[in-house]
Amino acid sequence: MKEYTNSGSKDTRSGFGEAMHELGKTNPDVVALCADLTPSMKLDAFARDFPDRFIEVGIAEANMICIAAGLTIGGKIPFTGTFANFSTARVYDQIRQSVAYSNKNVKICASHAGITLGEDGATHQNMEDLGMMKMLQNMTVINPCDFNQTKAATLAIAKYVGPVYLRFGRPKVPNFTPPDQQFEIGKALVLNEGTDVSIFATGHLVWKALEACRILGEEGISSEVINIHTIKPLDDEAILASVRKTGCVVTAEEHERNGGLGDSIAQLLARKYPLPVEMVAVDDSFGESGTPEELMKKFGLDTPDVIRAVKAVMARKKS
Amino acid sequence: MPTIEELQRISTQVRRDIIRMINGAASGHPGGSLGVADFLTVLYFEIMRPDPVNFNMNGTNEDVFFLSNGHVCPAWYSVLARYGFFPLPELGSLRKLGSRLQGHPSIFEKLPGIRMASGSLGQGLSVSIGAAIAKKMNGDSHLVFTLCGDGELEEGQNWEAMMFAPAKKVDNLIAIVDYNGKQIDGPVEEVMPLGSLRAKFEAFGWEVTEMNGNNIPEVLSVLNTVKSETGKGKPNMIIMHTCMGYGIDFMMDKHEWHGVPPTYEQAAKALLQLQETLGDY
Repeated sequence: MKEYTNSGSKDTRSGFGEAMHELGKTNPDVVALCADLTPSMKLDAFARDFPDRFIEVGIAEANMICIAAGLTIGGKIPFTGTFANFSTARVYDQIRQSVAYSNKNVKICASHAGITLGEDGATHQNMEDLGMMKMLQNMTVINPCDFNQTKAATLAIAKYVGPVYLRFGRPKVPNFTPPDQQFEIGKALVLNEGTDVSIFATGHLVWKALEACRILGEEGISSEVINIHTIKPLDDEAILASVRKTGCVVTAEEHERNGGLGDSIAQLLARKYPLPVEMVAVDDSFGESGTPEELMKKFGLDTPDVIRAVKAVMARKKS
Repeated sequence: MPTIEELQRISTQVRRDIIRMINGAASGHPGGSLGVADFLTVLYFEIMRPDPVNFNMNGTNEDVFFLSNGHVCPAWYSVLARYGFFPLPELGSLRKLGSRLQGHPSIFEKLPGIRMASGSLGQGLSVSIGAAIAKKMNGDSHLVFTLCGDGELEEGQNWEAMMFAPAKKVDNLIAIVDYNGKQIDGPVEEVMPLGSLRAKFEAFGWEVTEMNGNNIPEVLSVLNTVKSETGKGKPNMIIMHTCMGYGIDFMMDKHEWHGVPPTYEQAAKALLQLQETLGDY
């Protein structure tokens, strides 16, 4: 298997913050808005160095989303910053009417996504965000896997015209993708070629999928690992090309099974190329307090869960 | 510049358009639309005077307007068409399949003059604050106007925006509340009393003015006065007293006409009260 090295664990939100600071220097139209979470969103440097283009809205997310929509009228490129729960569930109608339906160039940037938000517990652990966002017409939905990729994705969405939901997280996780990568929206990345099973992973689960791939390789199972950083638009071609080769699928994500990446891929396969699918995802459950590592284990989102899913789906393929 | 008489002729024709459009669609919101016809006429034909031919989404170097209470769009559509944004006959397509004149404003169908969808209430004030900030960032000295309903103020987001605009000195914004005192379920004072709006807005830090929105000379003079008050560190709010259903005797001041279309007979009776000043579409 291709080797991937962790160059030093970092939080993906810091990749967002670094990119925002870079955008502050390079793109005078980029405006950052934050709802009283500037340090958590790693927007401190942007706020310090570009105060004229930083808007503190206070704890008023609905106002923030619609101000962002208004800023696009005048050619600004607003990036809103708050946690995933307050970026989606709290403001769904604002996003629906003023951003998606009105097709405004707003970048909704959400940190602390998923279960790895950790100790704050279920009120803050939104695991429905990808589903909510992908259902909206015009919305591009991106969930990068590490620091470097989050930084690259942030830079890329500034160049893309249209509504985007960019999702990243709180904990330090392995940083293993190239620092100088060009991020191409909508393009799945084959991280390891294999023949027995296709593992489609997104966000924090990409590293877990690679770990699973290595362990399975020692048992003689050849896994193809594909990083689906863009949930919408989904890279149908890359997915179909992989499954035609492997004949079975595992999806892995830090999200509810309903509405997540697995659900998107299962829909695609049901229409175009039906075959066995197992999903590593949260099973219709709210989160709870705990450390990110403990929670990933408890909610079935860890490396052994990916391995189990691979074995289960391969058994189904054989039968 | 149109004279007061000309403005009055336009707004009378706008009212005829409203009745004919909503009757033609057999659906829509006549009460609020009739109430804001005078205001929108003065705003477009006298105050903003935007370029209707080269409509651009960014509204660069011109005043822009956002309608927050999207359901009164028949009045807006009529004013936009009468001002030259799109052909008059299109008014007859209101709420019909394939029309650019959706039941609530949309940019999806690319109707010139509209920059933001509205209808789900409470969002327009925030949107207009964003557009006003963008103008400041761009060094564009033009203004942003927005209209919202009185019942709409029951949506909490308005008060987030109400807090924000004075705090951030968004002084290139003129917000207007259509205070007709009526909403679907009855008088606003019964559904959810607003108390003293003036005291509330002032407490939040707005410069507040009141006017009779169904008196064209007054609308013109107050809008001009408030315009001269912009750029002084405070956002401006106009509490605009209007009469729901203004201009049609059997509709005036009746909340029942919020969202009910007139029948053919009612429309005919209404049109008898409105002179065809500029020619029907």
